[in-house]
Amino acid sequence: MLHVDVSKQLGEFLLEASFKSEGRVTGLFGASGAGKTSLINMIAGLVRPDRGTISIDGDTLDDIAACIHVPAYRRRIGYVFQDARLFPHLSVTDNLNYGRRMNRLADDPAQRKRVVELLDIGHLLERRPGQLSGGERQRVAFGRALLSKPRLLLLDEPLGALDEGRKLEILPYLVRLRDEAGIPMVYVSHDAAELRQLATQIVMLKSGHITAFGGVKVLTGAPSSDPISRCE
Amino acid sequence: MFDISPTEWTAIELSLRVATVATLVATPIGIGVAWLLARRDFWGKSLIDALIYLPLVLPPVVTGYLLLLTFGRRGLVGAWLADHLGIVFAFRWTGAALACGVMSFPLLVRPIRLSIEAVDRKLEQAAATLGAAPWRVFLTVTLPLALPGVLAGMVLGFAKAIGEFGATITFVSNIPGETQTISSAIYSLTQTPDGDAAALRLVVVSIALATTALVASELFARRATRRLHGN
Repeated sequence: MLHVDVSKQLGEFLLEASFKSEGRVTGLFGASGAGKTSLINMIAGLVRPDRGTISIDGDTLDDIAACIHVPAYRRRIGYVFQDARLFPHLSVTDNLNYGRRMNRLADDPAQRKRVVELLDIGHLLERRPGQLSGGERQRVAFGRALLSKPRLLLLDEPLGALDEGRKLEILPYLVRLRDEAGIPMVYVSHDAAELRQLATQIVMLKSGHITAFGGVKVLTGAPSSDPISRCE
Repeated sequence: MFDISPTEWTAIELSLRVATVATLVATPIGIGVAWLLARRDFWGKSLIDALIYLPLVLPPVVTGYLLLLTFGRRGLVGAWLADHLGIVFAFRWTGAALACGVMSFPLLVRPIRLSIEAVDRKLEQAAATLGAAPWRVFLTVTLPLALPGVLAGMVLGFAKAIGEFGATITFVSNIPGETQTISSAIYSLTQTPDGDAAALRLVVVSIALATTALVASELFARRATRRLHGN
């Protein structure tokens, strides 16, 4: 269970969010500029909140009053960024193995094979990220995060940088990921249609505050794509 | 005329040794300093920044004299090093290497710093979320991606070290076989009657060394860039 209760002043903007989530996929929904990325950066440990607590399954990651801030590299929280962020100097195989090596986990060929098949990236293993298409890069990024064996997976608009065709190409992999990988996820998106397909629970964020929380039905009436963020 | 004499060979060999040792010792220190300047904010950062570039703007004689005062036999640091560790710089080739290292340090640090600054911090964040502690992020992501800059800095530093004259001759004098590098040998030869031919030979040698270094750095940089971008 993920438990977040934090606040952070970001320039003029105050981000205040408190929610508990037990769903398999928690959809974090809101327009761009609502504070979604800042919020999951705090969960990942990349940004320190000004106040509050974050915990997973009773394990405290942040408790500012008690001076607890577990650094990102000790959290075991996977993160798939909008812009993949594969290491350009490493092959796809080395990118996939990176998290296992850094966490000093034993080699698990069976899991690697499963992930590679799930994401259909077997034919890309020898390549460098520079030789991959956007969609392929994003699939490798999913695999890299999964193979570090995280206890929670954060996905920040993982389809945001892709065109419609590529999105439709990736969505089925995400559905399989949700159903087969067995790792709880927080999925950030401004696209209600995407979240209807994937999320089991929704946290709706507006101007730094949570305006709704509940099942996928809270998305009713929400625009399937936010026009403002489209113009960026 | 291309009959290089044993004294000239000694000067060439010494120059190469001094510049190589200076570069190899200065590189890890330079990488550390470059990383601090590129990635950390701390009190006195601009002071350190200025201090590193000082040898570039000070007259080399002044740097050499300061080295003599500090690392000479009776210098504060020099006396301590000689008494406790048995390391002597004054009038030794090690002193020449120290002078060359100090003089070439700004040229070595700058490209390394720029290339570390150019490494996308988002990649370092991604490495952290994959469980890499800060020093492993540095070794597995930042340093490999900054490698072309490190090589460029090493070549620039090496070229500066091999040509260093003012600080070296002030600090460790011009002793054949011990501290007489190509530059100080050429200087001595120009002061000697009939030294022109020998001086010219050494001039040709230093032009050849400098050109080789430049070509090598270009090749390294190209190969490193290709490796990094996977094309």
